[in-house]
Amino acid sequence: MSQAQYHLTTAGENALMLYFDQRIDPAISALVQQACQLIRAELTDDIIDLLPSYASVLVIYNPFTTDHYQVQAQLRHCLKQLQTGSHTQGKRVELPVYYSEQSGPDLTLIANSKGISIDEVIQRHQAISYRVYAIGFAPGFAYLGEVDPLLQMPRLATPRAKVPRGAVAIADRQTAVYPAASPGGWNLIGLCPVAMFNPNASPVMPVAVGDEVRFVAIDKNEFLRLGGELPEPELPGNKP
Amino acid sequence: MTGFTVISPGVLSLLQDNGRLGQAALGLTTGGPMDAPSAAWANRLLGNPPNTTLVECSVGGLQLQANINSYIAVTGAVLNVSINGKAAEQWTVHKVQQGDVIELGMVSQGLRAYLAVAGGFNITAQFGSSATVLREKIGGLNGNKLQPNDLLPCQAVNSLPTYQLPGAHRPRFNNIITLRLVEGYQVDSFSNTERQRFYLNSYTVTSQADRMGYKLSGSAIQCQQSQLLSEGICYGAVQIPPDGQPIVLLNDRQTLGGYPKIGAVLSLDCALLAQAPAGTRVYFTPISPQHAHNALCLAKVYTDAIAGQLVSV
Repeated sequence: MSQAQYHLTTAGENALMLYFDQRIDPAISALVQQACQLIRAELTDDIIDLLPSYASVLVIYNPFTTDHYQVQAQLRHCLKQLQTGSHTQGKRVELPVYYSEQSGPDLTLIANSKGISIDEVIQRHQAISYRVYAIGFAPGFAYLGEVDPLLQMPRLATPRAKVPRGAVAIADRQTAVYPAASPGGWNLIGLCPVAMFNPNASPVMPVAVGDEVRFVAIDKNEFLRLGGELPEPELPGNKP
Repeated sequence: MTGFTVISPGVLSLLQDNGRLGQAALGLTTGGPMDAPSAAWANRLLGNPPNTTLVECSVGGLQLQANINSYIAVTGAVLNVSINGKAAEQWTVHKVQQGDVIELGMVSQGLRAYLAVAGGFNITAQFGSSATVLREKIGGLNGNKLQPNDLLPCQAVNSLPTYQLPGAHRPRFNNIITLRLVEGYQVDSFSNTERQRFYLNSYTVTSQADRMGYKLSGSAIQCQQSQLLSEGICYGAVQIPPDGQPIVLLNDRQTLGGYPKIGAVLSLDCALLAQAPAGTRVYFTPISPQHAHNALCLAKVYTDAIAGQLVSV
């Protein structure tokens, strides 16, 4: 274990950015989580919000109770406790997925462009346990990584106007479940019946940053039994 | 239930409080009034606490009917306000009686008007706030914009001083605005030439401007960095996508994004931008973090001082 390297910079009138080495890495993600805990304990009520991501934390503070220089000094002070190598382990979460050409209209596209079968795409997607690196973009949207290099796919050239709720998707080496119907440019491979964001449930989300997620294939009947809904009308084909 | 009934919501009317803070870890954006200083005045004139729920009416056209006695104030963009067809001055507390119809015309300057009521609208908070964010379907009444026949619940108020904000203290909406920018984020990845270009040229507000952000058009700015890991976006952040045209990210912004940012516009100036229609000319000028801090604190002191000298009309 050693002192972790970081870089502090201004973001805005009441915001600072804490940057770690800019790469997707479970060790960096663990530092981000550790930093969030230290910052919360140090700044307490002066914090308006903390936004952790892959390799950074946006610290938003109350400009009427503290200031830029005070916050910088406090961050440098509390981050002295930051240690590399201390792995925080989140909870393990299994998410069921109904993989099929009907529920995952880009499965064929991925299989064809990689020269493998659809079954192999499905099998490889389930073979890895993914870390939740960040939550954002939309409520409940969890960025999971990293996908098998063979399944790495660029975003669609033209995003779909509507991606259904529960769509399981791949972009680059990230995978995610769309928590709500929205426009989107990721490649769709299946549908997950579990609500990724339910304002009336506790907890609101089944996953948090740092958790380990595994996808498990289910069939259509099981998908429907678990409350999944097939999008109407049918999803368009492979064309973006 | 007592309150105000929506006869017509106008172009876009949303219930807002100061915004949903501290929920970014769930991916929830902040929402809140786009012109926060004007919204704060509507509440302040009525003696409401700062985080009281009011209506933000964009572009105009809101019509409400009171089913109780109360007091209202309309601030923000310039538009005609009438109570039962009789003109009512903005930035002024007016008594309304059961059955009265309040009408907001279309904006003539600025874009967003704020209608607050004595005691505020009683809206159930979601994640600690009543702020409506349409994209998230969170806040307000079922996450929706106001609809005809909606009831905006509030309590009757029978006595209140009818304060007015003197004209000299009301904001002016110009067609050329200067936005103070705190440099930050990837600012070091923009060359001196690009930064000069950014500050010396004017930009124009485009029609791609909404509660999420304002896309500007003008001299394209290039950043030496094009791909970033997604990172947190603060209010007012100025994002420079590959086409080099700046986007100022506002209340309903995405919480994370991967485009380079040159810094963030001072909140006081974001409020001016939020009132700017397409075609408005925009200049950026850099401001240090300490000047930004001073500007915020001075604005607060100034506002508190004026609030302490209000007189009833």
